[in-house]
Amino acid sequence: MKELRVLSPTGILGYGFPKESFQQGLELEPDMIGVDAGSTDAGPYYLGAGVSFTDRNAVKRDLQLLLNAAVEKGIPLLIGSAGGAGADPHLQWCVNIVKEIAKEEGLNFKMATISADITKKWIKEKIKKKEVVPLKPVPEIKEEDVEQAIRIVAQMGVEPFIAALEKGAQVIVAGRANDPDVFAALAIKEGFNPGLALHMGKILECAAIAAEPGSGRDCMFGIIRDDHFEVEPLNPERRCTATSVAAHTLYEKDNPYELYGPGRIVDLRNCTFEEVNSRRVRVFGTKFKSSNDYYVKLEGVKKVGFRTICIAGVKDPIMIKQIDEILKEIKKSINENFDNISKSEYTTIFRIYGRDGVMGKLEPEPLIKSHEIGIVIDVVAKTQELANTICSFARSTLLHYGYPGRIATAGNLAFPYSPSDIKVGEVYEFNIYHLARLEDPTEVFPIQLEEVKGGEIR
Amino acid sequence: MKTKPIIELAKVIRSKNAGPYELTFDFIFKDFDTYERVKNSNVINKEKISKLYKISKENVLSVIAYDPAKAIKVTIVRPWASGAVEETDVYGAQQHTPLLKIKVPCED
Repeated sequence: MKELRVLSPTGILGYGFPKESFQQGLELEPDMIGVDAGSTDAGPYYLGAGVSFTDRNAVKRDLQLLLNAAVEKGIPLLIGSAGGAGADPHLQWCVNIVKEIAKEEGLNFKMATISADITKKWIKEKIKKKEVVPLKPVPEIKEEDVEQAIRIVAQMGVEPFIAALEKGAQVIVAGRANDPDVFAALAIKEGFNPGLALHMGKILECAAIAAEPGSGRDCMFGIIRDDHFEVEPLNPERRCTATSVAAHTLYEKDNPYELYGPGRIVDLRNCTFEEVNSRRVRVFGTKFKSSNDYYVKLEGVKKVGFRTICIAGVKDPIMIKQIDEILKEIKKSINENFDNISKSEYTTIFRIYGRDGVMGKLEPEPLIKSHEIGIVIDVVAKTQELANTICSFARSTLLHYGYPGRIATAGNLAFPYSPSDIKVGEVYEFNIYHLARLEDPTEVFPIQLEEVKGGEIR
Repeated sequence: MKTKPIIELAKVIRSKNAGPYELTFDFIFKDFDTYERVKNSNVINKEKISKLYKISKENVLSVIAYDPAKAIKVTIVRPWASGAVEETDVYGAQQHTPLLKIKVPCED
């Protein structure tokens, strides 16, 4: 029976994985290794600042194992959403690590780098043609959003990966990619059912999260055949059950029956999940539906300023009882003291842990029931200097504020740190989360091929 | 009618971002009988969620029962895009606690 075998070592490149599990996976003779390196989970900062949310040493550790295995076995290694956010600075960061390893370990391979950056000019033309639509509940895109965006990426589908494989690339380092597509590309290229391939990809992209007990840093193995696929964790202490695999399609998605992706919907309505043995699950019935138009998801961020924070605790019950009134007075003092600075240039938020620090305006019961509270003075301003100024003033004013009935007259705040104020740096917000129509699924994902020659082992 | 707290019936009650603009809640039940009972009781519905979170019904985007995983999935609009200046929970992983108040009618 024709089949294709895919090894997924870890949920995110840099999260790590046990060597024993990985070795177990290699013994099962995979046809490719795939790894997802990205997510928007960590928020807008990383796309804006052009840095990875994973650590360089940790990514290098994982890549060393993956590259050596792929080269030794002569199988492709596909990396999606390189560097986390998958824009050009992230891609370059990841490519540099790959080349560093190749040099250190004397590895030779053909590498494809696929960019996912979108130019402002390109989007503006798409907007004019009415080919950019919001992903609900996002508002319609305006030219102004594009102007304000620091960096914009598009999530590629399987096609750029397939194109790179057809050009003979063994290692593919891709910018922002739809997660399942990294794992489905080779199977779809080889003619397997794309619905099954993408559903298997959806499970493999999180590695062992779909197992019990779940883990984002342990390996998973997938086998696709004619009318089904199978998944199995590679650590003997974990197992896949029909429920654990079925439940995984709920994860981080709004609809468990339909998985939307570039140019298609994967329909899970008629899926069946069958336990082959105590650790392996077989899935049938996933259907693939092509969309009439091929849309890709865009992600963009804009810069909103700079942040400085101060963390402090309050235990005095007389103060806690009137915390709202006190903080209102502090805000008033800020405005009065800096009446030469426009209020639009800075925002001051007092986060109260022990009341609504976790849920903010979604908190149904914003009451203080604890004997102490945590306060984060959070200032975002046009410049770092102004953020520092406002935060410093808010901190010193709150520290010595004489509220009614005060008996602890030496100071109102317990600081865990010296210095008390922490410069957080640039602050970004998502401002583009839209779909754009492509004429050709590869049109905005240029592929660069390169022979990486590591030469002799040093 | 007697009721049981949802926490006694579900194995998983969690929240997470579904992209930067939505929050999604999953209830995964202990067994298929329990799942069927909760599903048929219809206690998890748009109105209930809007009351628990004090948000408008329009901001509760969907409530979907998913038989293969004995799960019910609810998706709401995030109060702001993930990581906005007012953000309290970038990953959206700790927004589930109001759901723990749900009570399910039971016969025994």
